[in-house]
Amino acid sequence: MSRSFIATAKSVLSNIGVLSSKKVSRSGACCSAFLVRCSSTKTGKANEDKPGFAGIENCEWSYKLDFLNAASKGSIPVYRVLGVDGALKNEAELPSLSQETIVKMYKTMVSINQMDRVLYDSQRQGRISFYMTSYGEEATHVGSAAALDMRDVVYAQYREVGVLLWRGYTFQSAINQCFGNSQDPGKGRQMPVHYGSPQHNFVTISSTLATQMPQAVGHAYALKQKSPGTIVICYFGEGAASEGDAHAAFNFATTLRCPVIFFCRNNGYAISTPTKDQYAGDGIASRGVGYGMPVIRVDGNDILAIYNATKAAKQLSVAENVPVLIEAMTYRVGHHSTSDDWTAYRSTEEVSYWTEIDHPIYRLRKFMDERNMWDSNSEEQFIKGLRKEIMQCFKKAETFKKPDPLSVLGDVFSEETKSIKLEKEKLLKHLQTHGDKYNLNQYEPLGSSESS
Amino acid sequence: MNMFQAIVNALDITLGKDPSAIVFGEDVAFGGVFRCTMGLREKYGEQRVFNTPICEQGIAGFGIGAAVGGCKAVAEIQFADYIYPAFDQLVNEAAKYRYRSGDLFNCGGLTIRSPCSAVGHVIPRGAYQAKGLLRACINTPDPCLFFEPKVLYRSAEDHVPIEDYELPLGKADIVRPGKDMTLIGWGTQVHVLLDVAEEVFSKNGTECEVIDLQSIIPWDLETVCESVCKTGRVIVSHEAQLTSGFGAEVAAAIQSNCFLNLEAPIERVCGLDTPFPHVLEPFYMPTKWKLIEAVEKLLAF
Repeated sequence: MSRSFIATAKSVLSNIGVLSSKKVSRSGACCSAFLVRCSSTKTGKANEDKPGFAGIENCEWSYKLDFLNAASKGSIPVYRVLGVDGALKNEAELPSLSQETIVKMYKTMVSINQMDRVLYDSQRQGRISFYMTSYGEEATHVGSAAALDMRDVVYAQYREVGVLLWRGYTFQSAINQCFGNSQDPGKGRQMPVHYGSPQHNFVTISSTLATQMPQAVGHAYALKQKSPGTIVICYFGEGAASEGDAHAAFNFATTLRCPVIFFCRNNGYAISTPTKDQYAGDGIASRGVGYGMPVIRVDGNDILAIYNATKAAKQLSVAENVPVLIEAMTYRVGHHSTSDDWTAYRSTEEVSYWTEIDHPIYRLRKFMDERNMWDSNSEEQFIKGLRKEIMQCFKKAETFKKPDPLSVLGDVFSEETKSIKLEKEKLLKHLQTHGDKYNLNQYEPLGSSESS
Repeated sequence: MNMFQAIVNALDITLGKDPSAIVFGEDVAFGGVFRCTMGLREKYGEQRVFNTPICEQGIAGFGIGAAVGGCKAVAEIQFADYIYPAFDQLVNEAAKYRYRSGDLFNCGGLTIRSPCSAVGHVIPRGAYQAKGLLRACINTPDPCLFFEPKVLYRSAEDHVPIEDYELPLGKADIVRPGKDMTLIGWGTQVHVLLDVAEEVFSKNGTECEVIDLQSIIPWDLETVCESVCKTGRVIVSHEAQLTSGFGAEVAAAIQSNCFLNLEAPIERVCGLDTPFPHVLEPFYMPTKWKLIEAVEKLLAF
């Protein structure tokens, strides 16, 4: 090696503080040894054969300039068990579920659908303030819920009510929450569809997107110590996955080895924003690879595939204390919410494919029909009974008054502070004189929410 | 003990008493950039004392979830200036968890500690307060923000009891009683106020009552009003910017509750309405001299 090369190398390396002048050799033979030593690794291994940098393990050298191109890698394939027509694609993948369970899965999907219709219409009629339907995504709720235990904790986004219904949350509770009446377990504090239920291990929904994701990871960390074998499932949409909290969650889950299933409902739209404006990479599943977690992409309208994937994900998560990412490809058939009208940004032709051909309820129905698990008679009876039940719950919900106005100041802290108490007294006094301006007869009596 | 030693001690007691307690944040494993977690990982293991990636929103969100899951989660935000990415998780999530769920869920087990200048929710002025207030924050069933004035980590030394103790949250401390004027502050600024009180006392016998608020939310309106009704003159002082600093809230509450007892307008001596400067910091700060000037102005009213 030339002297000028050694001089250049020495100055470069001393500028970046790697090397003291003592280590620099004068002869050519020692020079390559010095160059090797100066980039030696934390392991102390010479890295002529294999890189040994602090920042990466187990990789190889490349002596050809080439960019790793996402496009050339191709997309992660979509796992499915049933065809669009309900035909079993691979006998070996059929889950061993009893007829009873499959029928329950079907009934739960239909229940979501029917409840959605009633509550959506009730908002249009001005009886509740807001609603979000789950049309087209019923299998993502029920397939995943069916694969888990009741003690597995659920952190959801807002379009996962089927998970609650599967677990036994009643229509009455859901409708009470939508009304925000005095029977609402959430005490009328939030908008409709912001369900929560400790008995069903379903953490209360919050409106902010993706905030539940790092929380799900923290909860999973706690479960490692408190309840090994239990996992957290965290639902989110492909739009929410753009938030910083999603990145935070994926990174924490992998580095801290948390038993959490990240379940992404990729339904094609975030309100009006199609996926092509949401991301340019290979969906959400490909990101999981970058963080170092196992991933699978699934046909979100194939309830049996969802079931299989979730069940396997839980087994993997528990066995190795790792997060698993499931990206369920589906389609949001309905409007984003009652504040949205999808005719403004997509065609009826596009939507009709997902209502008439590739629909989760329809596909399971075909599967069940083939095996004589269901028929049109059962369907008729079931829907009739369901509608009656939902309407009864709805009517009952309407009879309840709104919560005690003074409860507006409750639960800010675990124990009421002096300042809150003062505000409450002030509000009470105001309402005692000006109560007639507030339609107080629609509310439970003032102070009735205080525990004695 | 000095303040950072008191904090290590408080965390040691926490980890020792509660098997569900975890301590985490950036660089906490080796002992922390301010030494506040020294020796804890060696003593309690890597499952309970651990590093996180550099992501404040993740630290806050993770902490909330761990608390919901039943842990005493003590999160560190390395510098209070870095807390803003966690704003959404703290303001929209942690603070509202119990309320918005109708008390079905809460993250009371969460405590966030952060070295700061002198702004915060619970903020100790010394080592003795640091240990007691931190233990109280950790034990209270509400999420807490505990700010540690880093300038006091080494300089604030106290006789700190070895055993476990708590100081009440939401309670102010009358550090120096007096009848002529009330001086209210928190954290580092309390020491400046004490200095001012001593100076004006030796100069002309003015007795200033110095109050350390200690907790910002909830804060001790009662103690403050009792003092102001006695003295009739009050200065609120903090390092944070003047406009919409917490001093504004204190001043508004005082005038509403003590109007007829006031002998002079309420004065605030605070940081300038600018970002925190570097070389020109001495001119930004609510200095002893600015305070003495304010004391004299109020006495002359």
